[in-house]
Amino acid sequence: MGTEATDVGSDVPLVQLVAPDGARVTTAENAAYRDRVAHLTGEDLRRMYRDMVLTRRFDDEATALQRQGELALYAQGKGQEAAQVGSGRALAPQDYVFPSYREHGVLQVRGVDPVDRLRLFRGEDHGGWDPAATNTHLYTLVIGSQALHATGYAMGVQRDGLVGTGDPGRDTAVVVYFGDGATSQGDVNEGLVFAAVNNAPVVFFCQNNQWAISEPTTRQARVPIYKRGEGFGVPSVRVDGNDVLACYAVTAEALERAHSGGGPTFVEAFTYRMGAHTTSDDPTRYRDRAEEDYWRKRDPIDRLAALLRAEDAWDDAWAAELDAEAEALGERLRREVRELGAPPTSAMFDEVYATPHAQVDEERAWLARYEEETQGDESQEVAR
Amino acid sequence: MTAQKLTFARAITEGLRASLESDERVLLMGEDIGRLGGVFRVTDGLQKDFGEDRVVDTPLAESGIVGTAIGLALRGYRSVCEIQFDGFVFPAFDQITTQLAKMRYRSRGRLEMPVVIRIPYGGGIGAVEHHSESPEALFAHTAGLRVVSPSTPQDAYDMIRAAVASPDPVIYLEPKGRYWSKDDVDLDAAPAEGVLDRARVARPGSDVTLVAYGPTVATALKAADALAAEGTSAEVVDLRAVSPIDFPTVVDSVRRTGRCVVVHEAPVFHGVGGEVAARVTEECFYALEAPVLRVGGFHAPYPVAKLEHDYLPSVERVLDAVDRSLSF
Repeated sequence: MGTEATDVGSDVPLVQLVAPDGARVTTAENAAYRDRVAHLTGEDLRRMYRDMVLTRRFDDEATALQRQGELALYAQGKGQEAAQVGSGRALAPQDYVFPSYREHGVLQVRGVDPVDRLRLFRGEDHGGWDPAATNTHLYTLVIGSQALHATGYAMGVQRDGLVGTGDPGRDTAVVVYFGDGATSQGDVNEGLVFAAVNNAPVVFFCQNNQWAISEPTTRQARVPIYKRGEGFGVPSVRVDGNDVLACYAVTAEALERAHSGGGPTFVEAFTYRMGAHTTSDDPTRYRDRAEEDYWRKRDPIDRLAALLRAEDAWDDAWAAELDAEAEALGERLRREVRELGAPPTSAMFDEVYATPHAQVDEERAWLARYEEETQGDESQEVAR
Repeated sequence: MTAQKLTFARAITEGLRASLESDERVLLMGEDIGRLGGVFRVTDGLQKDFGEDRVVDTPLAESGIVGTAIGLALRGYRSVCEIQFDGFVFPAFDQITTQLAKMRYRSRGRLEMPVVIRIPYGGGIGAVEHHSESPEALFAHTAGLRVVSPSTPQDAYDMIRAAVASPDPVIYLEPKGRYWSKDDVDLDAAPAEGVLDRARVARPGSDVTLVAYGPTVATALKAADALAAEGTSAEVVDLRAVSPIDFPTVVDSVRRTGRCVVVHEAPVFHGVGGEVAARVTEECFYALEAPVLRVGGFHAPYPVAKLEHDYLPSVERVLDAVDRSLSF
């Protein structure tokens, strides 16, 4: 069974509040976490379910658009919706998020427009949205770099006096998302060092999806990933990453610590990348079908649906509306992504610098002149 | 004008002090910059005056220093990062080139990166490995960064203030061999305009143009003195910045002199001198009496201290190049 090779420390206890069959899990160990979700109503759960379904639909549409040649690349998040939506729903609006590049579910919760999320993958923009509008930073493609940005941002929050004020509308924390592979990067480790010695209000949220492209977690660590945080003196916890309530609960705990001045937390969300690393990847070369089947039975969306049904929070009319909403999202993506044009050529020089730079200005002018002079030639060529 | 004699290092200290005083969101970050005052004492006394939250002794991790400075910039802070020595900047090279340099661009101008990276650089001080290098071309080849190097205490003072005030990331290269040179500095002068963009003619002349920056401006000026004694009038252009390069000032000079020699400590191969030579050739082709020549380091790792004076561009090697230019 493939999971034996991939789950480093899979026998390690993890925080779980809902079992794969949708039943609530009640143990002495998870009592404090159960308290953190006790206030969530059926409507709250349905909102999480909606986020997860729309994220899955977004994922499937984006994958299809790439296959049709409409996106250069796409990094699938399928299977990680609970980790992303559960953690994202625990955030306060003023909290700041640093995603990696697979956090489509976090962006869904934060309200980043679905079309904007695909500009980078379309090759139309290197970013795609205004980070200030949703307190959500741009995707970062260099693995783990954003762990330091998050820590520095949190150090700024400390200097702004927005930690431990006791006002839930003001206390501010930062969450940085990264994967199991990123924990091998120096920047993630340096981020933990800087966060620890500064007691910075940052949550290191690692989604261990078992695979860094083709390399299993055993190629990254000989200890369970969450143990890495402990070495830095950072409180660390492993959570069932396919259990949206457990992810919400551990993130809420970590955020409370950060907001109140208790410093950083390391969360390992134990989950699974059901799709490929990106649309350029072929997982059949390195993992077997049995492993994928094992995790398919633990699909986070099925689990929340089972919980909703078990607790009479499921409503067929609502579910039909959600289906229609997902259809509309798919239709909008198919239409609007195709409509995204290319920026004008001169845009390649925009915002390289804030202030004039002689060489950039010269080259911009040169290219404009060249294009003007050769415009006729090109149309002749096309005519030929 | 209240000029006072200050060392090059002290002029930077005073520039940092002025920046800390004028903007409370300016921070200094680096290894040993607090109680110790930095290994070259450039930040001496600043932690005592501005506190540990503004003059920050960081963990010993250069990528961490620059990476957290980026995060602080996203929160509206302006960090001045001290890298202890030139050869130790490379752990931060990734953050500088893939993140710092591109953040504004990839956000379409929504995110600003007013970060200064101070790097003591260059040789001639008899140091051990990794303590004498000149990595400016590596940074100048990265769009999004400004790369500057002062050559006088006054410029050191003016340029560090301008760098801190700049909304763009600035690599501020400090010629460590010049740290203890002294000159008049006017601390009350209004922040000088254009010091991050414009070259300055350090010495006017008519027979040959010597182009230099940072540590080699002094070398070029000494060569010009020697040439004057032989009856040759050399003009010395101090570039100040290697990104951008103020080509109009260089071109104007070479059109008058017809000859150009570029001097830097960094290896000649793929260096700033090649860029200057190509541009001068393109714009001054009919004014040139000789090919543009370059004097600098060799395409070998920076050598052991016992050999560094044979590696660095000496006055004699500059004079040799000028002779070759004149006799072409």
